[in-house]
Amino acid sequence: MSRENGVHVNNGPRHHTVVAIVEDRPGVLMRVASLFRRRGFNIDSLTVGPTESEGLSRITMLVDGESAPIEQVEKQLYKLIDVVKVSNLSQEDMLARELALIKVRANNLNRHEILEIAQVFRADVVDVATNSLILQVTGDEDKIDGLVKMCEPYGIRELSRTGRIAMVRGAKSTTVHEAEPAAIARIHSTQGRRIEGRELPFSSD
Amino acid sequence: MVNMTGSQIVLESLQREGVDTIFGYPGGVVLPLYDTLPEFPGIRHVLVRHEQAAAHMADGYARASGRMGVCLGTSGPGATNLVTGICTSFMDSTPVFALTGNVARTLLGRDGFQEADITGITQPITKHNYLVMRAENLAMTIREATHIATTGRPGPVLVDVPKDVFQEEAPFEWPSEINLRGYKPTVEGHAGMIRRAAKLINEAERPIIIAGHGVIWGDAGNELVELAEKANIPVVTTFLGISSFPESHELSYGWLGMHGMYYANMAADTADLVIGVGMRFDDRAMGRFSDFNPNAKIIHIDIDPAEIGKNFQTAVPIVGHAKNVLPRLAAEVDAAEHPPWIRWIDKMREDHPSLDIRESRRMLPQYVMRTLYEETGGDATIATGVGQHQMWAGQFYNYKRPRQLISSGGLGTMGFELPAAIGAQVALPGQEVWAICGDGGFQMTMQEMAVLVEEQLPVKIAIFNNGFLGMIRQWQQLFYDKNFSSAAITQPDFCKIADAYGIRALRVEHKNEVALAIKEARAHKGPILVDFQIDQEENVWPMVPAGAALSETIEAPAEEMAR
Ligand SMILES: Cc1ncc(C[n+]2csc(CCOP(=O)(O)OP(=O)(O)O)c2C)c(N)n1
Repeated sequence: MSRENGVHVNNGPRHHTVVAIVEDRPGVLMRVASLFRRRGFNIDSLTVGPTESEGLSRITMLVDGESAPIEQVEKQLYKLIDVVKVSNLSQEDMLARELALIKVRANNLNRHEILEIAQVFRADVVDVATNSLILQVTGDEDKIDGLVKMCEPYGIRELSRTGRIAMVRGAKSTTVHEAEPAAIARIHSTQGRRIEGRELPFSSD
Repeated sequence: MVNMTGSQIVLESLQREGVDTIFGYPGGVVLPLYDTLPEFPGIRHVLVRHEQAAAHMADGYARASGRMGVCLGTSGPGATNLVTGICTSFMDSTPVFALTGNVARTLLGRDGFQEADITGITQPITKHNYLVMRAENLAMTIREATHIATTGRPGPVLVDVPKDVFQEEAPFEWPSEINLRGYKPTVEGHAGMIRRAAKLINEAERPIIIAGHGVIWGDAGNELVELAEKANIPVVTTFLGISSFPESHELSYGWLGMHGMYYANMAADTADLVIGVGMRFDDRAMGRFSDFNPNAKIIHIDIDPAEIGKNFQTAVPIVGHAKNVLPRLAAEVDAAEHPPWIRWIDKMREDHPSLDIRESRRMLPQYVMRTLYEETGGDATIATGVGQHQMWAGQFYNYKRPRQLISSGGLGTMGFELPAAIGAQVALPGQEVWAICGDGGFQMTMQEMAVLVEEQLPVKIAIFNNGFLGMIRQWQQLFYDKNFSSAAITQPDFCKIADAYGIRALRVEHKNEVALAIKEARAHKGPILVDFQIDQEENVWPMVPAGAALSETIEAPAEEMAR
């Protein structure tokens, strides 16, 4: 028997929903993305947005568990100084959602059919034009895949999906409770590549 | 609160962090900093001849002293020249603080003259890095960066400062505390895991400790001796772990890996319990992963949780500082003897000594290294380059105390030897420091001889001059059908070069001159270069061929021993 860990035996789910709570600083997304690239971890989707606490962002990633032992993914993420907390929601009872906008070809003859399909999927019609309409749908990936498939025969002009966001059901949370010390928070709020109100000098000096 | 310029804040902050030396090179955007340097006589600036060497010097300084080393370069090419050195220190986890200037804030992102996105470039090879956009943030950033570089698993950090931030004035306030939510290294080992580890050790018949660089950086040498002695566990080290455990100790069985001792490799491959301490089960040490000793259970003690389980499945993982974990583990293990196991390894060592030097009239590199060991009484600090001479330096010098061998293990950076020795000599004034150089590697950074003269540093340079990129020649001989493509390398007359820099030089062409030359070099007060014209075609043995398992270690073939 070999104990080597490179050849990964997967006994969990194939796709893991990993949430990283990160400091909201310039460059943090690049650090996360660069880590995945360098270690050869595959991500199927990645979404970023603010959290309930100021100064923290939430990155939700759908990680291909076959490209890497998920434990390594979590540990490597933790090594990034700007990553405050990492949770693998796939081990929890979680709720996963994605939002999609689908622009479908439509004409006077088939519009009502598409609207019926939309209704079955509880998708909203958010834009109507003479030869197209935009459906907005939320749900898990399977539901969205299903709607996309149903729309395909009519012709999909454009598709935009947000990628998964997720949350653990019940009272348990993935939040960070430690507040950032004021002095550090002040510095972080002033980080960024641009400084306003400065004129470009005539040349570098 | 006093107002200071960004430059003053940088230097004041570094000084408060205990920095006494900066290895650097000026350029347009760091001129404000150079303008301020004379105000800080407590900080010695060593003017290098190439920024790569500045990073290696900072690294050598850190490895020799245990303190953070600091290097400095200007924007653009100055910063990119640091990259090889930063990566070298990243791979070996050494605390180096790289300070770079960048173009003025308004020019950032506009491809101005000498702009390089150095924080982007160094992102994967630093523990963390910063671009500081306001002078008022400099003090906190430098404190944070120093904290990150020197705690947990050490590593390089980079702080990039636009030119006008050096010039901007801001109130100076030394932060009383740092608190990084995302960075809390686990120092204390888990009690339950330590108990489980102790149980495995007590049950083991053939335990072995593999000690790594982390024992040196964790300052846990004595604690390791204590554990090994109590349960009578043989100790082998990794290459970077050399000098973490006294090689004269009766439980010391050398080091393992691609050019490790035969008996060390066999012991690691035969043990029923492997206790890795402050090491990362790297491929050069373990051989082919899939065939490393399939019967051994593994206990892995490391401060970096991500190392545990990265290459091997571990029976007991212990995340923590070696200095915290080892004594607690020692307290829990039973005293033991393991006589059959110790006898087995002793017999293995007797039958396969690995380190015998054959009688020969040629000037064998092994002989030169062994003579250097004898002449220096095993007390010198040795910095090496990369290649055959590096392996011989690991094999034929016996190390007594931690931090005595300074070598680029993880990245394997040729050209490391001279600058690393210079950094070590700056950190260890009055102590004996030898740069063991390959004739190839020396030519990558030999311009730094100027620094030896300028800074009056008595580094002893020994060139293992075989007229080849020796390790390349060895691989081509063994694995590429003797197709010696670009292996021979011509050199200048090293003695003349040294002479041109004002450095004394000796050429040694015969075996019987070796000891004399070393004596002369040691007696000489200043820097000196000794060009050892060693046997040209000597190979490094034993060897685990690339991709083979430790159990497939090859010893020196008879026909080579007859040369
Ligand atoms: C910067 C760099 N380039 C290339 C290599 C690949 N390499 C490893 S060993 C070696 C030969 C080293 O020759 P030399 O410095 O003369 O030392 P020797 O092996 O002869 O002792 C080379 C080219 C390297 N390690 N580092």
